[in-house]
Amino acid sequence: MQWLSYSTPLLQGAWVTIQLAAMSTVLGAVVSFALGLGKVTRVRVLRLPCIAVIELFRGTSLLVQLFWLYFALPVFGHAIGLDLRLPPVTAGVLALGLNIGSYGAEVVRGAVQAVPRSQHEAAKALDFTPWQILWRIALPQAIPEMMPSFSNLAVQNLKDTALVSLISLGDLAFRAEQVRNYTQDSTTVYTLLLLMYFGMALVLMAIMRVLERAVGRWRAVLRS
Amino acid sequence: MLFGISWDTSSNAAFAASILPILLRGLLATVQASIVGFVIALALGLALAALKSSRLRVVSWPARLLAEFIRDTPLLVQLFFLYYVLPDYGIVLPAFLTGALALGVQYSAYTAEVYRAGLESVPRGQIEAAHALDLLPARVFRVIVLPQAVPRIVPALGNYLVSIMKDVPVLSVVSVLEMLNVAKIIGDRTFNYLIPLSMVGGLYLVLTIVASAGVRYLDTRLPKRGLPLR
Repeated sequence: MQWLSYSTPLLQGAWVTIQLAAMSTVLGAVVSFALGLGKVTRVRVLRLPCIAVIELFRGTSLLVQLFWLYFALPVFGHAIGLDLRLPPVTAGVLALGLNIGSYGAEVVRGAVQAVPRSQHEAAKALDFTPWQILWRIALPQAIPEMMPSFSNLAVQNLKDTALVSLISLGDLAFRAEQVRNYTQDSTTVYTLLLLMYFGMALVLMAIMRVLERAVGRWRAVLRS
Repeated sequence: MLFGISWDTSSNAAFAASILPILLRGLLATVQASIVGFVIALALGLALAALKSSRLRVVSWPARLLAEFIRDTPLLVQLFFLYYVLPDYGIVLPAFLTGALALGVQYSAYTAEVYRAGLESVPRGQIEAAHALDLLPARVFRVIVLPQAVPRIVPALGNYLVSIMKDVPVLSVVSVLEMLNVAKIIGDRTFNYLIPLSMVGGLYLVLTIVASAGVRYLDTRLPKRGLPLR
């Protein structure tokens, strides 16, 4: 039962991965709504920067973004006289959250735009403020539509956390690499590693299904 | 010096100009890895889709589980697995091919789904009508299903090619000299990460914008109602 001796470092790494995934998913959700709603606003000074950020993060590779934040940003900070050195956790969560958030922004935009125009007009005729229209009319219908895509993105984000091991953050992939270097037992270590990521993804999907059902009720309540 | 090209650190502009040809060599490797990985993903995805849609449960269930497993585990870990475990069983591949294979395996789970969705988008009624008219199943597939499925499948596959391009930097962990790895090496040697990494970001934007425009062009050119039959 040699693989049992691997469990301590791997479980420690898994805990780091879970924390990273949780933080970047929350940041990603915030970024999704901020950029997604920013993209559908009529205020041009808000809309154009949001579109630029979305395109920048969707158009380049996550690993490039991660390396840029971790290696290039401090050089940039030095040039302008600021200390912009980020700890690996901060760089990792920022890169993951902004990247997945940019993909999420397109989901938010699509779902909000799918709410029929006539409802906006009706709400406006009833003297709703723009905020009330967003909060009480558009989002309660749009959010349940977003959930299946958000579920996919959450799993994508969990998988993407493995990349932070490349900026020497001690997540699951990083710990497994250490164990492998030490024991040279590649088959066992990497099989365990794949199974652990798969297990975490299954749990995450179950959580997302519970969330999906919870927000799914909003539609029913509104209709009655 | 890299690929026999040296850099000039006298000024930022000179540095950027001198490393551009080196980065373009890396870009070429990135595109090559994407294309090889994409071709593998197309073939493996087709096999996976065929197994998943088998009428035999003993075939379709393991295939579904495998597809789900591939989809839910990170590319980086699959790459490590292939890179370190295959040689233990006597299969030694160069890093580039191992990387392309990892890309192909990861994306086969997605392309399999594209094939399935494309084939299922053809209305059942048409297939039943064709059967009722006594067309052979092979002919139904060739003249009814395929011409209508292809225009839906091709653009979706193209989008995955763009995704693959963005995943190629992961191959740097097994020392494939793709664009990001090249930029990282330049940064390591000159202590200037800002310029090479920013240039890689810019080149990536150009690459994905061009590739996405190509996919959109294909999408508009393919007849939505089905490829014409001779």
